Amino acid sequence: MTQLALVIDLNVCVGCHACVTSCKEWNTSGWAGPMADQNPYERDPTGTFFNRVQTFEVGAFPFTETVHFPKSCLHCEEPPCVPVCPTGASYKRAEDGIVLVDYDKCIGCKYCSWACPYGVRELDEHQKVMKKCTLCVDRIYDESLPEAERKPACVLACPTNARLFGDVHDPESEVSVAIRERGGYALMPEWGTKPANHYLPRRKTRIEVTEEELVRADNPLKKERKLPRPAFDEPSLDDVTSW
Amino acid sequence: MHPAFSVIFLTTLIGAGQGLFLALYTVELYAALDLLPAPPQAFYTRGSLAALALLSLGLAASFFHLGHPERAWRAAARWRTSWLSREVIVLPALMATVAAYGLAHLLGLDWRLFGEALPLPGHVTLLVGGIGTALAFALYLCTGMIYACIRFLQEWHTPLTVINYTLLGVASGFTAATGLAALASPPHTAFLGRWAIILTLLGMATRVAALVRNARLKPKSTLQTAIGVRHSRIVQRSQGFMCGSFNTREFFHGASPAVYEGMRWAFLVLAFPLPALLLAVGLEGGGAVPLVAAFGVQYLGLLAERWFFFAQANHPQNLYYQTVG
Ligand code: SF4
Ligand code: SF4
Repeated sequence: MTQLALVIDLNVCVGCHACVTSCKEWNTSGWAGPMADQNPYERDPTGTFFNRVQTFEVGAFPFTETVHFPKSCLHCEEPPCVPVCPTGASYKRAEDGIVLVDYDKCIGCKYCSWACPYGVRELDEHQKVMKKCTLCVDRIYDESLPEAERKPACVLACPTNARLFGDVHDPESEVSVAIRERGGYALMPEWGTKPANHYLPRRKTRIEVTEEELVRADNPLKKERKLPRPAFDEPSLDDVTSW
Repeated sequence: MHPAFSVIFLTTLIGAGQGLFLALYTVELYAALDLLPAPPQAFYTRGSLAALALLSLGLAASFFHLGHPERAWRAAARWRTSWLSREVIVLPALMATVAAYGLAHLLGLDWRLFGEALPLPGHVTLLVGGIGTALAFALYLCTGMIYACIRFLQEWHTPLTVINYTLLGVASGFTAATGLAALASPPHTAFLGRWAIILTLLGMATRVAALVRNARLKPKSTLQTAIGVRHSRIVQRSQGFMCGSFNTREFFHGASPAVYEGMRWAFLVLAFPLPALLLAVGLEGGGAVPLVAAFGVQYLGLLAERWFFFAQANHPQNLYYQTVG
């Protein structure tokens, strides 16, 4: 079975919100739109978004680290939001695992949003129906687009390539390899929702340098010269000539 | 969670309506078995009308919760998986049954459905009422399970939620029936009033048990599991937007600590001891006024109780919406 999903690399996300704006731009004019705003140019603007980028600080100064954290529907493999829907408006597609809302059936009862632990469903105050990330279902299968562009808008917009898209059930896909080899993890595993989207952790690149490597204790020119040998910190032939 | 007035009124009104109907049927059953004198027809007809009114008002309130009330009929579709869908089916079924029950009493229908030999009176109403009783309990189960089935709302995910919805509803219904009996059938006041007191005190015990349980809850989700970083000190610096969103409006009660605590004490006084006291005073010769007032006071208390029920539930999504920055 196919399970399409995003893998988000927290190691390279810079928190630029490009995915947020490109998501809104694509979806407000597409199948899932409009994503109306209320008071956009006044006090307390608010509106519907499928994707939000949040920022967390880990640790205490001076040992702090900033984690930018994009969050959208995780297209859970055991989605608790789907069975609670009284109308069947919320459903999970069998063919690719995308969780969608049928806006023509939704009665706006908000029950599904209560049943999602991640807070990624938002009721559209204008259309009065529940909305959430569609994984750009109206773009990823669109054959009028060049193949390279058949990806969610957020993935294409990300300037640091922090967002990967693919089938997490195909063990050789880019996303599966990334999850497997770079420590991909799921959010709130305690609820057994089995999110399809995964996150790649922040990583530190550190190298070990031993003293021997710095002073070149094993320099053959120093070892094989006639006695008396020069001290380790005196220049030797390969330090002063360029071969 | 944000306490929505539509849902507060829906659950308290239908709870009382179901309870009132159960009280009527209890009296009818006792009377059929000759354990109580038979009340006048007006007791049943007025009682059914009042129960139907409570259920209808609750149903009307529920429509204010929906973004698209004109599509509400669609909500019956997923009864296999959704408790909300089940409630949407059982509530109108109960209303129809209560209406039929009242009508059968009004018309004085007395077909001998169970044969001429059976000495019980009122075969039709006993049968319709029995169906209604099953539906009323099914409705308590549905309403309670809507909340109890969401496992990450830990305050709700307990059998106590269903027990409280049932007991509090039945208690308020019996209190209402006591007031009704005081007006329509005084000989039954004592019977109904004593049961109303017992059910109210029982409801208090289970509701306090839920409060005690919730006070000791430890949230399963933390910021660590929410973003998947293992560190003992994580703080949110930005939730990603400045002003509100659906997530900040729907899942936070937004009341001051004083209001929150006030609601807790308000319901602990108004929903249980005060109506029980009024009932006792009414039964000990205080007359109809305290008996009728008992229902009003208890209903107010249950409104506060339902407000607190919602406000106390802490949704794990709130972890993601802590800081505007
Ligand atoms: S992230 Fe929430 S809305 Fe998306 S599938 Fe999972 S439970 Fe449902
Ligand atoms: S808000 Fe819409 S999608 Fe969500 S549970 Fe209600 S009907 Fe289903």
